[in-house]
Amino acid sequence: MKAAIVVFPGTNRERDMAIALRRVTGQAPRMIWHHETDLSGVDLVVLPGGFSYGDYLRCGAMAAHSPIMRAVRDFAAKGGHILGVCNGFQILTESNLLPGALLRNADLRFLSQDCHLRVEVEGTPFTRRWKKGDIFRTPLAHGDGNYTADAQTLAVLEGEGRVAFRYADAKGRVCADDRTSNPNGSVNSIAGVLSENKRICGMMPHPEDLVDPLMGGEDGLPLFEGLVEALVR
Amino acid sequence: MNKPVTVDESLAREFGLTGEEYGRVLSIMGRTPSLTELGVFSVMWSEHCSYKSSRKWLRGLPTKAPWVIHGPGENAGVVDIGQGYAAIFKMESHNHPSFIEPYQGAATGVGGILRDVFTMGARPIANLNALRFGSPENPITRRIVDGVVRGIGGYGNCVGVPTVGGEINFHPAYDGNPLVNAMTVGIARQDRIFLSAAAGVGNPVVYVGSRTGRDGIHGATMSSAEFDEDALSKRPTVQVGDPFIEKLLIEACLELMATDAIVAIQDMGAAGLTSSAVEMAGKGGVGIELDLDAVPQREPNMTAYEMMLSESQERMLMVLRPDRTELARQIFEKWELDFAIIGHLTETGHIVIKHKGQLEADIPLEPLADEAPVYDRPSIAPQKPAELGSVHAPLSLDAMLLQLVASPDLASRAWVWNQYDSTVGGQTIRRPGAADAAIVKVEDTQLGLALTTDCTPRYCQADPRTGGAQAVAEAWRNITATGARPLAVTDNLNFGNPEKPEIMGQFIAALEGMGEACKVLDFPIVSGNVSLYNETRMPDGTTQAILPTPAIGGLGVLDDVSTAVGLGMQPDSDLVLIGATKGELGQSIWLREILGREEGAPPAVDLAAEKRNGDFVRAEIQAGQISACHDIADGGILVAAAEMVMASGTGCELESPDSGIRPEAFWFGEDQARYLVCVADAKSFCAKAAQAGVPARLMGRSGGNELILPSGVTISAARLKSAHETFFPALMDQ
Repeated sequence: MKAAIVVFPGTNRERDMAIALRRVTGQAPRMIWHHETDLSGVDLVVLPGGFSYGDYLRCGAMAAHSPIMRAVRDFAAKGGHILGVCNGFQILTESNLLPGALLRNADLRFLSQDCHLRVEVEGTPFTRRWKKGDIFRTPLAHGDGNYTADAQTLAVLEGEGRVAFRYADAKGRVCADDRTSNPNGSVNSIAGVLSENKRICGMMPHPEDLVDPLMGGEDGLPLFEGLVEALVR
Repeated sequence: MNKPVTVDESLAREFGLTGEEYGRVLSIMGRTPSLTELGVFSVMWSEHCSYKSSRKWLRGLPTKAPWVIHGPGENAGVVDIGQGYAAIFKMESHNHPSFIEPYQGAATGVGGILRDVFTMGARPIANLNALRFGSPENPITRRIVDGVVRGIGGYGNCVGVPTVGGEINFHPAYDGNPLVNAMTVGIARQDRIFLSAAAGVGNPVVYVGSRTGRDGIHGATMSSAEFDEDALSKRPTVQVGDPFIEKLLIEACLELMATDAIVAIQDMGAAGLTSSAVEMAGKGGVGIELDLDAVPQREPNMTAYEMMLSESQERMLMVLRPDRTELARQIFEKWELDFAIIGHLTETGHIVIKHKGQLEADIPLEPLADEAPVYDRPSIAPQKPAELGSVHAPLSLDAMLLQLVASPDLASRAWVWNQYDSTVGGQTIRRPGAADAAIVKVEDTQLGLALTTDCTPRYCQADPRTGGAQAVAEAWRNITATGARPLAVTDNLNFGNPEKPEIMGQFIAALEGMGEACKVLDFPIVSGNVSLYNETRMPDGTTQAILPTPAIGGLGVLDDVSTAVGLGMQPDSDLVLIGATKGELGQSIWLREILGREEGAPPAVDLAAEKRNGDFVRAEIQAGQISACHDIADGGILVAAAEMVMASGTGCELESPDSGIRPEAFWFGEDQARYLVCVADAKSFCAKAAQAGVPARLMGRSGGNELILPSGVTISAARLKSAHETFFPALMDQ
C-alpha cells in the first residue's frame, strides 16, 4: 500500500499519522504539500488532523479549495481510497466528498480525552479487521466534532450502512444525549461516516495516536492493518 | 495624530524610568534623546528586560553541570540528553496581561515561550504551565480561569504542541494578580543549535513572520509596574496571538535551520524589534542599522517609536548569510509568511534607526547594555515562622480525606487537561495525571523526557528559604518518581514589588534555598524568567503582594522510556512508604482546609535525605522492582494513597501506622523526601532500603477497588473520584 499524507498550512497531526502508517507498511508515507496536484501511484490518501488555515472561516473550509483537493476529488472519482481524520474529516465534508457537517462541540469547549468507538459496519477497507459491535478506545482532540446532517441524509447513511463508528461507553452502549459516552454531542453518536462506495472514511477521533503499547495501547492499529490488507498490491 | 512631544524627565517617568536613570540616558547620549531613543532606553532598562532588581541575586544560582550545553543568557537553556540530542527549554510568565485579558494574555504567553525554544533550532515537543488564581469564591476568578485555560488550549492545540503537564493553585493573594507561567520543551540535534549573537558586518538583517501593528506597545513597561484600579483600561497593551501564523513560523524556521543560511536568530518577544535588534547586535559586538520603511506593517502611518516598541506577536529577526538570502526568501514564501530585509550589520557599535529618510535613533549599544541600572535593593530578612502548636482533628479520617481530595488545590484537574491536546505528536507516554511527571518520548529514539512544574507558595510565604528549596526538591522528586534522571531546571520567579524591603527579603531568601537545593541535588538552573511587581493596589491605597512563587520547571531523562512508571496503584502489590515521617502539619493543606488556619513552619527540607531516598527509588524503578510510584506532597500519605487508587481504580488496604504519632499528623503531615511505591514483596524491598540507609516500611496491600483505612472504614475508588472531580465543573459550569 502506497500512502500519501496531505499537508496544509496548519496541519499538525501529519507526524502522528506517518508513524501509524509506517508501522503497518514498513515505509514512510509520501508527504504532499497542498500546492501539489500529483497523486499518481498512490493507493491511499490521508487528510490528517490539525488546524488547516488556522480553522479561520470554518474548519476545513479553506483547505477544501486548495489545489491538492482538486486532485483528491479526481482521485475519489476514480474510486481511490481516502481517510480523513479530525480536521481531515472536516475537509472532506467541506469538499462534499462526505455528507454532513461538523459543528462546535455541544458544550462549546475543546475536548481532549479518550473515547470508545463501536464499529457499526464490517468488511469495509477501514473496518475489516473488526466485527460489527466491536469496541475500541481512541483519543479525540477537537473543538468542532459535533456531527450533524439533515434527516434525509441521516436516513440514507443509516440505511446504507455508512455509519462506520459511533461513540459509545466502554461496554458499547450508545446514548446520544449522554456527554460521557457521546462527548461532542454528535447526532446519533456518529463518530465516523463512509462514502457511498465505502472507499472514503471520515472520523473525528485519532486512531493514529493509539498504535503502540508505549502510548497506552494499540486499539487504533486494526484500522491501519485493515487498510494495508485491503489495498495490498 | 502624532502630536509633537517634548522629551524630558517627566516623559521619561511616564515611560517608567526614574530621574536618576534618565540622567544616565542623558550622559550616554550627550544630548536630549529623541522620542524613539527614549522608548528604546525605557524598555531595555525596564525590570522585565534588564532584571535590574534581581540580577545581583541571580548570579549566585548554580548553572553548570557536565550535561549543560547552554545555561542562562541564551533564549532558553540547553542540556545534553544523550545520543547526540539536546533538550531546549524555558519557562516564562505572562501574568499581567493574563489579568487584563485572560485569553490573549495566556495564549500569547504560550506563543512567546514557544518562540524562545524554536528560535534555538528545537522542534517544540511539549508545553507545560504553572497557574495561580485567586480565591474560588471571588467572582472574577471564574472568568480568569476560563480565559486562561481557553487561551492556553487555543494556542497550544492549534500549533500542535501537546500540553502535557502543569499545576494550579488557588489563593486570595492572587485575586488581582493571577500567575500564568508557560514552559516549552524542544528537541534539537546538538550540532544544530542556533544562537542569537549577530556576526558579519554587512550581513542582512531579516524580519519574518507577522506584520507589525500597534499592539502591545510598552508591554514590557506595564509588566514592570504594580496594578492599580485602572489596570483593565490597559487592554491595548496586551498583544493578540495568532497560533496559525506561529505554526507556519515554526515549520518555516525549522526548514531554514536545516540549511546553512542562518548566522543568528532571535524572536521578537517583550520590547519587540528593540530588544531583538539590541540584544543580537550587542551580544555579537557589532552595530546594526535598521530601515523601518522595510518593516512589514499592519497599519498605516506607524511611527518609528511605535514600530520599535510594538509587541506584535509571531515575529522573528535573523541575520543571514548574504548568499543564502534568496533561499531563505523562497522558504518563507512557501509558508506564505512575510520576509523582509530591514537592515544590515555595521561596525559602528551603534543601533541606528531610519524611517522615511529621517534618522530616528542612534544609540551606542555598549553603554545601553553595560550601564543598564543594577540595583542592590534594601531587604529585610524574613522572620522565622512560629512553630505550630498542638492541633486536633475535628472529624474522622475518612471524612477529612474526602474533604481534602475535593478541595480546590487537590481536586482533579481533568476539567482543565481535557481542554488541552495532550497527545498530538504521537509521543506522549504518560498524559496529565498518570504519573508524577509527564513523559514524552523523543521521536525515533527510546529516549524519554520527564517534565514537571512545581512550587508550594504557602511554604514560600511562611519561610521563603525553605519554600525555595522545597520547590526544587519537589520537581526533582516528581521526575525521580517516574524513574527518570533529573537533569536541570528552568525557573519563573514571581514576586511582589522589589522596592519593598520585605519583598526583596523574600526574593533573596527563596533564591538561597533554591540555589542550595540545586547544588545538592545536582540539578542546575539553565534558564528562567523573573516577574516582579505582582501586586494589586487596593481601593484604600494599600497594595497586596502575591505569595512568593518561584515556580520550578524540571526536566529529566529516561534512557529507555519503556522503564517509566506511573502513579496508578497496581494490583496485588505491597505498598511501601519511603522516607521518614514526623507528622509535620505546619502550613499543610490539612491545616488550611480542615481547620481554616494558615500557620506554622513549612516541613523541613533535608536535601541529603532527599537525595538518598530519591536515588534509591530511581535505581529500584530502573531495576524493575517498583511498578508504581507517587511522591508524597500536599495532603500527605493518605491523600497520596487515595490519588494512587483514583488513578488506576485499584484499591488498597492500609496498615495501622503504629508510630506514636497522632493519626492526623501521620496521615496528613507533609514531611518531605517521601514516596509511596508498589512492590512485589515489601520485606526484601525494605531490607534493601535499610542497607541504603533509606527509611522504608510496609504501608498496605493493594487489591479490590476500595481504599480501606486501618479502622476498617472503606471508601470506594468511585466515591473518592466523585468527590475529587466535583470542584472544577461546579466552579466553571455553573
